[in-house]
Amino acid sequence: MTTRALVEVKNLKKHFTVSAQSKNPFKKDLVYAVDGVDLEIFKGETLGLVGESGCGKTTLGRCIIRLIESTSGEVHFNSQNILELSNRDMRRLRRHMQIIFQDPFSSLDPRMKVGSIISQPLNVFKNSESGTKKEVIDQLLEAVGLESGITDRFPHEFSGGQRQRIAIARSLALRPQFIIADEPVSALDVSIRAQILNLMTDLKKQFQLTYLYISHDLSTLKFISDRVAVMYLGKIVETGPVGSIFKKPAHPYTQALFEAVPVSNPTLRKKRSQLKGEPPSPISPPPGCRFHPRCSQVMDICSRTDPVQTQVTTGHSVLCHLYVNQRSSE
Amino acid sequence: MSSTPLLSVRDLQVQFKTLHGTVAAVNGVNFDIEKGELYGIVGESGSGKSVTALSILNILPPNGRIDSGQIRYMDSDLLTLEDHQMRAIRGNEIAMVFQDALASFDPVFTIANQIGEAVRIHRKISTSQLNDLIIQQLTSVGIPEPQVRKDQYPHQFSGGMKQRAMSAMALSNKPSLIIADEPTTSLDVTIQAQLMDLFMHLKESLGVSILLITHDMGLIAEVCDRVSVMYAGFILETADVFSLFKEPKHPYTRGLIDSIPSLDKDIDTLVSIPGRVPSPMELPTGCVFQPRCSYAEEACLLGMPKLQSLENGTTVACFRVQKGEI
Repeated sequence: MTTRALVEVKNLKKHFTVSAQSKNPFKKDLVYAVDGVDLEIFKGETLGLVGESGCGKTTLGRCIIRLIESTSGEVHFNSQNILELSNRDMRRLRRHMQIIFQDPFSSLDPRMKVGSIISQPLNVFKNSESGTKKEVIDQLLEAVGLESGITDRFPHEFSGGQRQRIAIARSLALRPQFIIADEPVSALDVSIRAQILNLMTDLKKQFQLTYLYISHDLSTLKFISDRVAVMYLGKIVETGPVGSIFKKPAHPYTQALFEAVPVSNPTLRKKRSQLKGEPPSPISPPPGCRFHPRCSQVMDICSRTDPVQTQVTTGHSVLCHLYVNQRSSE
Repeated sequence: MSSTPLLSVRDLQVQFKTLHGTVAAVNGVNFDIEKGELYGIVGESGSGKSVTALSILNILPPNGRIDSGQIRYMDSDLLTLEDHQMRAIRGNEIAMVFQDALASFDPVFTIANQIGEAVRIHRKISTSQLNDLIIQQLTSVGIPEPQVRKDQYPHQFSGGMKQRAMSAMALSNKPSLIIADEPTTSLDVTIQAQLMDLFMHLKESLGVSILLITHDMGLIAEVCDRVSVMYAGFILETADVFSLFKEPKHPYTRGLIDSIPSLDKDIDTLVSIPGRVPSPMELPTGCVFQPRCSYAEEACLLGMPKLQSLENGTTVACFRVQKGEI
């Protein structure tokens, strides 16, 4: 691709230690939350990261902006490996990367007024370029569709949708290049979700943003994303342009995931093939392909060897043995 | 339908006492559930859908009170029953599956213990028979290795498994009606699909009626027979599921359906409903949806429209739809 990757993740791993389920209280287990992820996020795009709960998508998001430290691997931001930066250098870089959290009821300090919530980032990074603080706040509030008169009110006076707007205004305060939105609409009511998603697409154009949109909800993901990455048990199993993935999902897991989404048209009800069982524990992931115990097209090789990235079409790659074989037989 | 409905709710009014005064959570709700029907109530948070469900079993929180109305189940009015009569129905003829399975099980008792309790409250049964029944129930909801699993504690179950175990508990007394209040909200889509499949199977094989309370239009489309759309304590539209999605009548229903991003279509901007759900403390004057409605006219400010039947069987509470204007 000609566009440069803004964020490039290479073989990123994050293993947590937890107390083991054993009689020995000192025994520890490793949770393989993120286990070897390669990912590129290009300038100006929205990459949608989808997966079920526990697959490691939130952990991956937080590792990318170093909210939690990774176990190993590299994260390049503007071609700079940020995992090697000192805390001081990292802090300087943070103004370019922001995050919007899932729950606007816990991500805003209840004892701070809206004005100070939004201006907090400006206080931390004092060299704000344009206008006085008040002007900046007013501009931000206008950009997210709130009145400028609300700066003296507290978060509890607002509804969920309005709070999420405040959180978005805060994340924009430093004019970042890159925003991670971690399930930004899942705590909101259906009729409000559309408002926030529309706002996010407008802001992306207005502020030339790059998003990593993390969600388990395929329908909102499809609306907002340019490219999609599907995650299962700590690994990215499929990436590609949104059109290509939704039209022709390649990985059996992606296919099953799409199949499970209820279709809002009762005339299209059908008996669907279903995923059996539940995702295995990330403490002891199955050997070989992690999806093989639930896969409907499982082969002998799947339980023995790790699959490798295979390209199905341009920009659309999949981590599955099915496609390796297809290529060699062609 | 000619047969008498299994459950029939008439003019249900529920109020809550709060620090800021009395709040009307449900304002005159009417609906009927037929035998073997999967009935859906869909609405956003604060629409009164869960309160309606809790009212049926008379398990409102202490500050809630059913003000007036009638809830007929078969031949009896549930609201006039004595406590002991109500206890005989609760969990026996009408069972409930709650949203949060984690909070609904007692963490210090095994699953078998808790399912067993639900059975023993309603009938005498020998320990070995009870044991067989529990294993049979757990098997029927698709829990693998029921022999082992039944003696485990709730924390050893995953979210989906807990929700299955709760369905097993709800089914253990062979109820004729199951009320499921957002049963899949905390579950992943693939697990949700499994659970909904289970519900459909129960409906078809055992003929139980199910009242499904949800905010998810997709889920409604997938499984329900008939649907009521609730908003701010009122039912705005009741229709069979095919008419509801094919020709939604009420502007709110249209907005809800349009605001779901579709997996099949490519769109640039989502249709959104402006404004927000009103707080029950400060309901707007006139029609409750009027401040967010793009079709609102003067008449809408004057009073809340009553539900009226249209030609296709849909009932809708909207002046302009009733006049045939939209």
